[in-house]
Amino acid sequence: MLRIKTPKSLRAKRELEKRAPKLVERGKKTLILHGTKTSNTLNAVLTEIYHLKKDNAVKYSRRNDNIRPFESGGETSLEFYSLKTDCSLFVYGSHSKKRPDNLVIGRTYDHHIYDLVEIGVENFKSMSSCSYDKKLAPLIGSKPFFAFIGEGFENVEELKHLKEVLLDLFRGQVVSNLNLAGLDRVYVCTAVSSNKVLFTHCALRLKKSGTVVPRVELVEVGPSMDLVVRRHRLPDEGLKKEAHKVPHELIKKKEKNVSKDAIAGKIGKIYVPDQQVGSASLPFTPKGVKRERREAKAKGEDKKHAEKKQK
Amino acid sequence: MGDEQGGYQIDLGNLAAFGPHHQFASVLDNREDLLKECISHGTKLIQAVADALFNLPSTEDASGPVVSLPPPSTKFPREKPLPKPKPLTSWAEFAIKKGIQNRKRDKRVFDEQTDSWKRRYGYDRVNDDNDLPIIEAKMTDEPGVDPFAKRRSEKRQRVEKQEKNRLHNLKAAAKVGALPSHVQLAATALPITGTQAAPRKVSKDELQNVAGMAATSTASGGKFDKKLAGEKPPKHDKKYRKFLPVVEGSGMGSLEKQQSDKILNKLMAKNSHEIFNVGKAVDMYNAKSDKKRRNQQGKSSSTSSKLKVKKSPYKNKSTKKSSSIGKSK
Repeated sequence: MLRIKTPKSLRAKRELEKRAPKLVERGKKTLILHGTKTSNTLNAVLTEIYHLKKDNAVKYSRRNDNIRPFESGGETSLEFYSLKTDCSLFVYGSHSKKRPDNLVIGRTYDHHIYDLVEIGVENFKSMSSCSYDKKLAPLIGSKPFFAFIGEGFENVEELKHLKEVLLDLFRGQVVSNLNLAGLDRVYVCTAVSSNKVLFTHCALRLKKSGTVVPRVELVEVGPSMDLVVRRHRLPDEGLKKEAHKVPHELIKKKEKNVSKDAIAGKIGKIYVPDQQVGSASLPFTPKGVKRERREAKAKGEDKKHAEKKQK
Repeated sequence: MGDEQGGYQIDLGNLAAFGPHHQFASVLDNREDLLKECISHGTKLIQAVADALFNLPSTEDASGPVVSLPPPSTKFPREKPLPKPKPLTSWAEFAIKKGIQNRKRDKRVFDEQTDSWKRRYGYDRVNDDNDLPIIEAKMTDEPGVDPFAKRRSEKRQRVEKQEKNRLHNLKAAAKVGALPSHVQLAATALPITGTQAAPRKVSKDELQNVAGMAATSTASGGKFDKKLAGEKPPKHDKKYRKFLPVVEGSGMGSLEKQQSDKILNKLMAKNSHEIFNVGKAVDMYNAKSDKKRRNQQGKSSSTSSKLKVKKSPYKNKSTKKSSSIGKSK
């Protein structure tokens, strides 16, 4: 005995359709929360990350005692919150003697944990402590530039993973058309050693140069911190494959038999199939007569022709 | 675009530049110097990205030059699985087979009867079933059938059939995993037995009885069970036996005297045949005759056991007691 349940209001229906899986996805939302104990620096880090991503982030202010991302049972709460708020990225902060100023950045696939990176924050410098010309302050929601310096990002597995996660976290909406006047901010990440990354947020200033391309100048604006990679969990292969699947409709189809020539322009090739003269369909077929008669007639004509020839 | 520009890899879709070949000449202890070097190197990388970016063909817009970005080269995982294509409904299959095209219909239709434009469906619609004043009788009509009721029942049948088909289509989609995002299929009642009969609804009294039974079967007799909001306290939660106080005065309300008087009076009244209680005798005779009549009526007409007057079990016990006491005497 099944009953069809549909939302009673159009607004609820629109919300459900927003959260449904789509071919081309909207931007990922981030959930920022903290655990049993946090330090002052960690609180500041979490609020600054929230301010950097104000448009598409949700910040929970209460402490969550039962979340332990790296343990097998401790992720149920996280998955539930991810389902509730429709967030597929989360930043979980906690502070303990063993792991001071700890941040766990994780991604979810289908509201289940996909991968995790645990980093420690050192030498944190907040936005308010940097002095700069207020006119340069980047706007919320502007698409950032990224600069990844250092060979660690290519060679060390943990730093590679961290690079992916940082790109996913801070890149904003994926757009096809970009307004060049709205380019404000830069994230600079330097791999200092095999597990330490310097992370800074700078404002961008475009100065006039002779050519079309302006001269770029970076002014340190926002939070800057040292990230020490502690633990990480990569996704398992099957899940990774499934998550990276591109739908068939979005793969660009190659146009066949078309080529461009500098002189003639666009040229197309047409292939003409071989003509089968013997078995071509004739316009006149003796229809309306039984098959034997038809065949006999056809034979009879041949005989007549033969007779005529003999004569 | 994964271009190589002066030794850097550039991902234009993400506006990212990767400079893997930089090496720090000396590990700078001073943090400020380290930062400065990071920023200066970052500037070089960003300059490379900006070069590639501003060389793209741009269109002029009100707010500034707009550039069409290429798709990003670094792949990111999706956040939700790909949507599954929903299976064709039975009507859709039939339409494809027959080659029926879906034609869009106008919302307003011209009504000849009133010479006005009316809706196709909804309030005040064209050809409304309820508005027919007269239905002409056909040769095929049976004499006793109400044509208006017949129309209404036919419409109800059509609607029910459509609902059944819709449920069937949704179930087929749910099987594949392609249910539309705003629809959920919920089970109304879970059959425990194999039959398709809907389970009987349990009444409030039955539930209270069952809850009471469950409570008394606990070790502490249900005294310390947590009660839900709105649940009534147990009916007889005090002791069943009442003991008199140890020390008590001998005045008018002395309880022990009252208790013993009560018991003795009961016993004497049952066994004394001296005083004939006329009222009581008449009552007993009437009750007997009533019972006889009711039994006769009960045999002629079938009545369920629920309607029969239940005899209280206590009366039988007392008569048995008195008879046994009489015998002992």
